[in-house]
Amino acid sequence: MSSKKKTQEPDADVSMGDVPAADTEVAVADVNDPAMLAFEEQRIRILPGSLATAASFEFQKEDHTLGNALRPEVEFCGYSIPHPSEEVMNIRIQTYEGTTAVEALEKGFNDLMDLCDVVAEKFVAAREENVSRMES
Amino acid sequence: MAPHQPSQEYLDSRRIIGINTETVTDISSIDYPGHWTGEDHSWDISKFRDNFQVKFHYNNLNDASFSLIGIDASIANAFRRILIAEIPSLAIENVFVYNNTSVIQDEVLAQRLGLVPFKGGKSGLLDFLKWRQAPDPEKGEEAGSTNFDYNTVVLSLQIECTRKEGVSRSETDPFKAYNHAHVYAKDIVFKPFGRQGEHFSGKDAIVTTNPDILIAKLRHGQCIDVEMHAIKGIGSDHAKFSPVAPASYRLLPTITILKPIIGKDAEKFQKCFPEGVIGLEAVTKKEASQEGSGYEGHDGEMKAVVVDPMKDTVSRECLRHEEFKDKVKLGRVRDHFIFGIESVGQWDSDELFLESVKVLRTKCEALKKSLTSMPNN
Repeated sequence: MSSKKKTQEPDADVSMGDVPAADTEVAVADVNDPAMLAFEEQRIRILPGSLATAASFEFQKEDHTLGNALRPEVEFCGYSIPHPSEEVMNIRIQTYEGTTAVEALEKGFNDLMDLCDVVAEKFVAAREENVSRMES
Repeated sequence: MAPHQPSQEYLDSRRIIGINTETVTDISSIDYPGHWTGEDHSWDISKFRDNFQVKFHYNNLNDASFSLIGIDASIANAFRRILIAEIPSLAIENVFVYNNTSVIQDEVLAQRLGLVPFKGGKSGLLDFLKWRQAPDPEKGEEAGSTNFDYNTVVLSLQIECTRKEGVSRSETDPFKAYNHAHVYAKDIVFKPFGRQGEHFSGKDAIVTTNPDILIAKLRHGQCIDVEMHAIKGIGSDHAKFSPVAPASYRLLPTITILKPIIGKDAEKFQKCFPEGVIGLEAVTKKEASQEGSGYEGHDGEMKAVVVDPMKDTVSRECLRHEEFKDKVKLGRVRDHFIFGIESVGQWDSDELFLESVKVLRTKCEALKKSLTSMPNN
């Protein structure tokens, strides 16, 4: 944002309601998009006292949406939101021998992404089918 | 032990939540590894692909309904939560009041303006319009210094109420006596600047989705003169950014008639449900001649049959009557979600759902990256 600001010199008598037009070409990537910011930030932390097969992860800026949807195949998996006014969600994972908690969590992410692809694909197909049913 | 395959009938019965007069049974999902001895319930993409179905019921611009069948409640709920709180839309964030002599206070007027939904060219809203970062006073950024044509939409509302000429002073109907006695959302004017004209002009201009939202009432001599800045935001920040009203789901109801319900009872049974759920059919000769069917000697009488359980509201009215005791079983299908999405008007309802799937996927992608770069790993 700061580089944009330097190229922008609003007139001195611009009222507070006026918005200056950017005179530079807007970059394609949206630097303030929360989804893009998410890629930059380090939002997962492993909590102290964790072993390879039993670990607690702290997720920042996540809530029930992901906490409940994420279910890796493990001996135990649970999530909690320690305090409602803090944007923090903790996931506890205990795995069986042969796989680690981090691997299980990664598989959870992969499975959830695959699932999203299938849902989108089937949804689009059903929508097209619905259109052709309406026309006939 | 090799995984054994139980009968389909038994598997289907496991998907049913029981609904009794006062209680519910078998609510939680049980299809996870380790719950059933000898059965493999580990999650598998190809298994999911085979079982998962989407069925559309109707798909209008502002109102869509479809079923997601064969998905876990946690995932269906994630989509619903994302629809409400994490899909961006445009709403008024700042209101600059130059003049307001109406009876509505400035802050109340600003709140009302914030809740007005706006639409515009979709590609412009999606690709051209970016997120606005709040100015950071620590970096010496002044208020408004982060506002540009690609992240702020300027709107204005200038309106004054006057008496209509030639109308009697004793006229009490404000519609006849005054010009602009009522201020509507359609009176808000979009003021494009910079490169906004390229993306938001003609039918793509920024306008309210509901032109007849009443914002204020005026009397002669009163006026409102405000300028507004609309930005892109999400529902978890403020409900005014939520693109749906509402997004919800319910489970498919099931009605099983266990013993025949015939004659007057059938008519009463039909009235226990909303219209179209239960139908009446004549008992056939074949059924009447079959021994042990419960229809013996009722040839030609009306019997109750289940026509469309989806229309049921699960009021449980039929369970209150003695004559239907042990004759009917109510339930819901645990993994059949009937979604209803009503868009506020910026996006089509079906697009919104696809967007929610995309948001969940992006979330996973970002966090997966975060996981690999985690310290102490």
